[in-house]
Amino acid sequence: MTAHDLTSFSARALRGHRLRSSLSLVGVAIGVTSVILLTSLGEGARLYVVGEFTTLGTNLLIIMPGKIETTGFAPVFGGAPHDLTLDDAEAVLRRVRQARRVAPVALGSAKARFGERARDVTVIGTTPDYLPIRQMHIQVGRYLPSGTFGQGGRVCVIGPKIHEELFGATNPLGEMLRLGDERYRVIGVTAPRGTSLGMNVDEFVTIPVAQAMRMFDQRSLFRLLVDVNNRDEMDAAKAAAVKVLVERHDNVDDVTVLTQDSVLSTFTRILAILTAVLAGIAAISLTVAGVGIMNVMLVSVSERTREIGLLKAIGASRRQVMAVFLVEAAILSTAGGLVGLATALAIARLAGALYPTFPIEAPRWAIVAAILVSISVGMIFGALPARRASRLDPVAALARR
Amino acid sequence: MIELSGISRDFEVGSKPVHALRGITLSVADGEYLSIMGPSGSGKSTLLNIIGCLDRPSSGSYRLDGREVARLGERDLTLVRRHKIGFIFQAFHLVPRLTAAENVELPMVFAGIDRAERARRAEQVLSGVGLSERADHRPEQLSGGERQRVAIARAVVLGPSVLLADEPTGNLDRQSGREVLAVLEGMNANGLTLVVVTHDPDIGGRARRLVRLADGEIVEERSSLGAAGAAVSS
Repeated sequence: MTAHDLTSFSARALRGHRLRSSLSLVGVAIGVTSVILLTSLGEGARLYVVGEFTTLGTNLLIIMPGKIETTGFAPVFGGAPHDLTLDDAEAVLRRVRQARRVAPVALGSAKARFGERARDVTVIGTTPDYLPIRQMHIQVGRYLPSGTFGQGGRVCVIGPKIHEELFGATNPLGEMLRLGDERYRVIGVTAPRGTSLGMNVDEFVTIPVAQAMRMFDQRSLFRLLVDVNNRDEMDAAKAAAVKVLVERHDNVDDVTVLTQDSVLSTFTRILAILTAVLAGIAAISLTVAGVGIMNVMLVSVSERTREIGLLKAIGASRRQVMAVFLVEAAILSTAGGLVGLATALAIARLAGALYPTFPIEAPRWAIVAAILVSISVGMIFGALPARRASRLDPVAALARR
Repeated sequence: MIELSGISRDFEVGSKPVHALRGITLSVADGEYLSIMGPSGSGKSTLLNIIGCLDRPSSGSYRLDGREVARLGERDLTLVRRHKIGFIFQAFHLVPRLTAAENVELPMVFAGIDRAERARRAEQVLSGVGLSERADHRPEQLSGGERQRVAIARAVVLGPSVLLADEPTGNLDRQSGREVLAVLEGMNANGLTLVVVTHDPDIGGRARRLVRLADGEIVEERSSLGAAGAAVSS
């Protein structure tokens, strides 16, 4: 009996009871749709986070004072035996061969005021290299002047949101912005960028790092961002940077170096678990669909008892009878799987059109797995009815009214 | 050549044993035409099922074309049924969703014969039973007599050595019944061994040899060519 003969025989049997067949097919389709959609959601969340991290700048080492043992985010306020200083930053730039740029970052908040308008802003103290490292751009004016590593005048660059809220229609360039008790001349506005990792860089006010440390009375930098020449050198750069800093800190290893990868992998791990959980929930509906198929096949076997008896009388073996019914179940579940796949992809496309910012993407493995799983659902849940059919006694089966 | 010797078949009905056949000894030569008669419950269908390898005897020996088949396993029995036996039932047992030609092809599908050869042979046997015109009709579109003729075509399509018919005219009117019998007897005339189970004396009497069963035993065996009525108990 060839595969082609087998499938056409089974397919015709299914057409014999269309409603029943299509209902159980819909069951599988719903199961497969939910598996693919839920994993797509999980995958979309992962891609979203990855995208967010990429805007942070690629090939980035993030050095922070203090030692934390686990990967993830360091506490914002952490006691460290040695401060991370501007001199450290300079040493890293000078001595770490793989470092293309280094941007020291100091962070604080202050009340910003222009004329009658005032609001609290996040103040970032850094150097000109911060702009390319964070892949940001200038909209008007210019960024911090070079040579502001150790000192720098009282100049600031504001985010577009600050521009809008404090200056309104006034051209901010050349105006004096009051930060706390000090006055800073606005020399540029950054291009809109939006939220990155929960911080809206459009609401930042950027000033030279030395000014910020003095203004907030900080002796340690908040972060040191190191842009590495290329991705392959990340490990070497990390080791070199740690070596330089340990040397400068009296041989105490008291800095934490994060790479994007390490932060990302933490997130990715969490999201992978989330995706698996979602897929598991969806798999329950596939199981229910499988039971539906089993039910349909059992009804079919009992309805076609006499036919089974006949097949045996004309020389169909047990194995062939079993194959006929297994293939019927597999056809049902595979067709259900394909319908489910098409539905899921259509819904994903629709969702993509409605919410363009959130990438909802069916991972390729989920598509392949959904199809394979739906075939196996048919085989597994079809096995019992098929076995029952193959074991029928032909005499009794033929005599059945 | 069918050689039954001391064939018994016992069932359990509830916890009560029922002896459907008790020590049947019977030989049917190649090309013979035998009818098996008897009241209902006499065991004639059980005997036919055993001859057709649908059922296995509880004891005794059954040699078909010289081969002992009473103890064969399921797999070998399937092959015997496929290649040696053609079965015809009172209820026709055509697959309703398949056309006449497809019903005739069914045994060849399971025997793994390719599509073109199947079509050729189906065409051939259908014309042999006078149904070439009806090949594309489904059973519901055929009369009872036509259905049974399709069933006969299906039974002989793989060239069996024995044709077994269980009340082949039981669901038919007289005219159709005669036509069906004519087809069966034509097959027999061409050398196919024919065994017909019936309770209709007119039909049973047409066979050259007749065996009468009662309570699972052969109570009468006669040949229309020789002296009639020699009662045999076994």
